[in-house]
Amino acid sequence: MTTTDASTLSQVEEPKVRRSRGRGALLVRRFARNRLALVGLGILVLLLVGAYVLPSFLPWSYTQNDWNALGVAPNASHPFGTNHPGVDMLALTMRGLQKSLVIGLVGGPLTTAVAALVGASAGYFGGWVDRILMWILELMLVVPSFLLLAIIAPRLSHGTWLIFVVVLAAFGWMITARVVRSMTQTLKDREYVLAARYMGVNPMVIIVRHILPNVASILIVDATIQVGAIVLSETGLSYFGFGIQPPDVSLGTLISDGEPDATTSPWMFFFPAGFLILMGLCTAFIGDGLRDAFDPTAAGAKARVKKAKGSSDQEPMVELASTSIVVEEGTAS
Amino acid sequence: MTTSVSSLVTTTDSVLDVRNLQVSFPSEAGLVKAVRGIDFSLRAGETLALVGESGSGKSVTATSILGLLPTSAQVTGSIRLDGRELIGLSDRDYSKIRGKDIGMVFQDPLSALTPVFSIGTQLIEALQVHQKLDDAKARARALELLDLVGIPDPKRRIDAFPHEFSGGMRQRAVIAMAIANDPKVIIADEPTTALDVTIQAQVLDVLKKAQEVTGAAILMITHDLGVVAGMADQVTVMYAGKPVEAGASDSVFYEPRMPYSIGLLSAVPRLDDGGRRALTPVEGNPPSMVDLPKGCPFAARCPIAVDVCRETEPELKVVDDSGLRSACHRSAEIGADLPREGMFPTPELPTWEGETDREGRPQVLAVDNLIKHFPLVKGQVFKRRIGTVKAVDGLSFDIREGETFALVGESGCGKTTTLLEILDLPTKQVGSVTVLGKETKSMSGKDRRGLRRDVQVVFQDPMASLDSRMPIGDILAEPLKTHGWDKDRIHARVPELLSLVGLLPEHAERYPSEFSGGQRQRIGIARALALEPKLIVLDEPVSALDVSIQAGVINLLDELKVKLGLSYLFVAHDLSVIRHIADRVAVMYLGRIVEQGDAETVFTSPMHPYTQALLSAVPLPDPRKERERQRILLTGDLPSPADVPSGCRFRTRCPKFLSLVESDAERCRTEDPASEAVAADHTSACHYSAALEVV
Repeated sequence: MTTTDASTLSQVEEPKVRRSRGRGALLVRRFARNRLALVGLGILVLLLVGAYVLPSFLPWSYTQNDWNALGVAPNASHPFGTNHPGVDMLALTMRGLQKSLVIGLVGGPLTTAVAALVGASAGYFGGWVDRILMWILELMLVVPSFLLLAIIAPRLSHGTWLIFVVVLAAFGWMITARVVRSMTQTLKDREYVLAARYMGVNPMVIIVRHILPNVASILIVDATIQVGAIVLSETGLSYFGFGIQPPDVSLGTLISDGEPDATTSPWMFFFPAGFLILMGLCTAFIGDGLRDAFDPTAAGAKARVKKAKGSSDQEPMVELASTSIVVEEGTAS
Repeated sequence: MTTSVSSLVTTTDSVLDVRNLQVSFPSEAGLVKAVRGIDFSLRAGETLALVGESGSGKSVTATSILGLLPTSAQVTGSIRLDGRELIGLSDRDYSKIRGKDIGMVFQDPLSALTPVFSIGTQLIEALQVHQKLDDAKARARALELLDLVGIPDPKRRIDAFPHEFSGGMRQRAVIAMAIANDPKVIIADEPTTALDVTIQAQVLDVLKKAQEVTGAAILMITHDLGVVAGMADQVTVMYAGKPVEAGASDSVFYEPRMPYSIGLLSAVPRLDDGGRRALTPVEGNPPSMVDLPKGCPFAARCPIAVDVCRETEPELKVVDDSGLRSACHRSAEIGADLPREGMFPTPELPTWEGETDREGRPQVLAVDNLIKHFPLVKGQVFKRRIGTVKAVDGLSFDIREGETFALVGESGCGKTTTLLEILDLPTKQVGSVTVLGKETKSMSGKDRRGLRRDVQVVFQDPMASLDSRMPIGDILAEPLKTHGWDKDRIHARVPELLSLVGLLPEHAERYPSEFSGGQRQRIGIARALALEPKLIVLDEPVSALDVSIQAGVINLLDELKVKLGLSYLFVAHDLSVIRHIADRVAVMYLGRIVEQGDAETVFTSPMHPYTQALLSAVPLPDPRKERERQRILLTGDLPSPADVPSGCRFRTRCPKFLSLVESDAERCRTEDPASEAVAADHTSACHYSAALEVV
C-alpha cells in the first residue's frame, strides 16, 4: 500500500495537519519506555535531593564530633554509625555524596563531551585541524597528568570545585577522542553526511546532528564509566593534597579513610562505598536507556504491539502513548 | 505436494536432485521460513536459473546445497548429488564434495579470493586438496585452467595477487577454481552482479565455455532476467521461499501462468522496447518470512486475486503441454480469458506541457570543458608527484529545463567524480560549471549557499543515504532548517513531501530501518524535493532496488519531473533504465564523453564503437532474441585513468580499430578524435563513426 503508483499519487488526499514530533520528543518517549532507566533516573534524583536536603534535618553535622560515641556501630542516634573521631557517618556520607555527585555528574559527561568534540572535529575536518588536534592529544597522553596537576593545583587551591572538575576532565578525554576520531573518519563519507553537506549544512551542525548521534553508543558508555572514574581520581588527588581538603569530604576520601577498617568496622567503609556503587549503577542504567533511545534498531525502545488474539480482522492494539504509530503488515522489512 | 510433482520430473539421468527442501532459521521475531519446499533436478550440461527478488530464498537454497548454512538452520527434505544424500553429511565428508563435485562462483570476486596469496597458490591449493598432484603438475594444470578462462599471458599472471587483477579477471580466476576438479555441478550465485555490462558479457561467455569443457550442470542464482534469458535452459521463479513457476526458459518467458512472473517480466525496463514510456510496477512489498499470511503469499500484490487465493496456498502443478509448472489458482485462465498484457496496470504519465523546442527552454546546468585530475604522490615526508589520474578530462554538456540527462559508462569512467565536482560547486577548477546562469567560479559564499537550494542530490544506496538515527520527519526537515524555514512552514511541508512521493504523513515519526528499500529511496527523493530545487542529481538511484520496486521509483521520478518542472542529471550504468527515463544521453569513457545526443537517436543508431559495444553487451530478457544476437565482445578491461592511451583513448579495446588497415589505424594511434556532430543533436568522438544497429 505504501508504494503508491503514479496514478493514485495525484489524488492523494490533503495531508492532515498534525505536528509530527521531532527527534527530541521521540528520544524522550523512547527513553521513557525503558523501565530500568527510569528507575535509575529516579534513584539518582533521590540521591541528589537526599544529599542536599537531608543534612539540614540531621541532628549532627559533618563537622561535629560526638565525643560520647567514638567509632560506634549503627544505632538509633547514628543510623550509619560514627567514625573514629566520632563524626556521624550519615552526615559525612551525605556531604561526601554532595561533592561526588556533582563532580561525577558534571565531570564524566564533560570529559566525554571534550572527547567527542575534539575527536569528531579532527576526524571530520582532517588536514591541519586533525594534525594539530592530534599533536595536542599525544602531548597530553605522554606528559604525566599528575605532574601537571601538581603544578597547576596550588594556583587553583582557592578556586571553586568547578575549576577542579574542569581540570579533572582535561586529563581524561584523550583515549576516547582517538576512538571517536577513527569512527568519524568512516562516517564522514557516508552518503547521508554527503547529502547534508550538499544541502549546505554548516560543518559543526553536521558533526552534532549526524556524526555524534551515530557514535552515541560509545560516548554514552564512556560517559558512564567516566562518572565513576572521575570520582575515584578525585580521591587520588585529594590524597596528594589537591582537590577536596579536610574538613570537607567526598565519597572518595571517605572510602579511602574507611578502607583500613573495612573488616573491623565495616560501616565506615561500606556506607560510602555503597553509595558510590549505587551512583554508578544509576548512571549505567540511564546510559543504557539513552543508548537504546538513540539507536533505532534497539528492541527495548520500540513501541510494543499486543497482538489481538483470535480473529484477524481486529485492529492490532498499540500500547503506550504511541497512538500515531500505526503498525502495518509488510511495511517494515 | 511432492508426490504429484516428483513423479513428473525425470530423475533418471540427473546429477543433482532436490526434493522438498525446507530451510528455516530461528530469529528474535520467530522462525524465519526462508525456503518452504523446493524441488528441482539438474542434468549434466544443463543450466537452471533460480530467479527472484531479494529475500525470496534463492541464495539460501544454493547455500544449503553447499552445506554452508549456519548450524542454527533447520534443513529438511533431500538433496541428492549423483544419488548420494547430502543432507546430514558431516562437515568433513562435505568438504570432500565441495570444490570437487560442486564448484562455486560467488557474487563478489574480491572477497572470494584471499588477498594475501597469489592467484596461482590458491588455484594450486584447490587442485591439491582434492587430487594427488605434485607441485609441478598442479602448476601446469593451473596454467591450463587460467588459459581456459581467458586470462591473457597466464605464465606471468599466475603469480599475481588478487588486488593486481581487475574485477572481471578475478571472477575469471574464481571460475577457474570452480572448474579445477571437473565438478558435476557449478553453483553461481549472482556471478556478474558486481561487474560492468561489457565485463559481464565476457564472464558469462567464460562460464558457458567452462560448462562446455567440463560438462557440468550450472545452478545459477540471479535477479537479472536478461542474464537468465541468455544462459538458462530451465528457469524457476521463486517468491516468499517457494517456487511459483518452473519450466523451460522459453515457456517461463513467453507463456508464464503465474501473475508474479508476469509482473516481474513486465516491470523490467527493456533496451529493445521503443523509447520512453511508463514502466509497470508490482505494487507492495514481499511478505515477511516470519509471519506469512494465509493463502497465496502473492495475493496481496496480485491484481487478479480472488477469494480462494486468500484462503489456500496454490500448489505448483503442471499447467500446459510444455511441462511448465505454476502455482496459481487461476493459471488455467491466464493466457486465455485473462490476457497477460495489461494484467498489471501501467500508470499514465503526464506529458510535458512546457516549451517543446529544446533551444527555447532555459539552461539549468552547463558544464564546459570540466577537468578533474588527481595527483599521484609517493613518499611520506617528501611527497613527489609520480603521475596524474585523469578522472575527468574535458567534459562538456548542458541540461535544459524539464530534461533528463543521463551519464552512462562503466565503473571507473569518471561519472561519480563528475557528479561530485558539480555538487561541490567548485571555485578552483579548469573549465566552468554554470548553474542556472551563474558561474560557480565567481560566486560569493552567500550565493553558493543559495544555489545549494536549487541543486539537490539522491544517492544510490537508500540505506546509507538516510541517517539511521534520525526519524523521517527530521530527515526531511533538515534541508528546510538549513535554509531558514520557520517551524510552522516546516511542519506543513513534511507531510506534503511524504504524500508527494507516495508515503503516508504518519511515517514522519518512524526511523529509516522500518522501511523497505523502495520506500527509503522515496524518502531520499522527498528530501531532495524539500526545497523545491530546479536540478536533481541522481546517482544510480534505482540500482540497489528490486525490479518490481524499481519500476515504481522510475515512474515516480518521471511524474515528479513533469509535475514540478525539474531537470535531472541521471547517472547510471544500467542502459535499460536509462532508455526509459532519459531524454538525452552522454556515454563516458575514461573521463571523456565519446557520444552524446538525443536518447532515441543514440540508442537506435549508435555511432561510436564503444556505445555499440556497450549496447550489445546488455542482455535482453528475451531468450529468442538473446540466442540470435551477435555480441560485440570488448577485449580486456578499462585502462587505468592514470595511464591514458595515446591518440584515441578507446583504441586499446576498440573492435573497429582492429579491423582498420594500417594507414587508417595510424590516425587512431596519434590523433585524439574530437567530438563531431554526426546528426542534429548527436555527436560522436570517433574518426570513423558509422551507425550500427545492435539491439
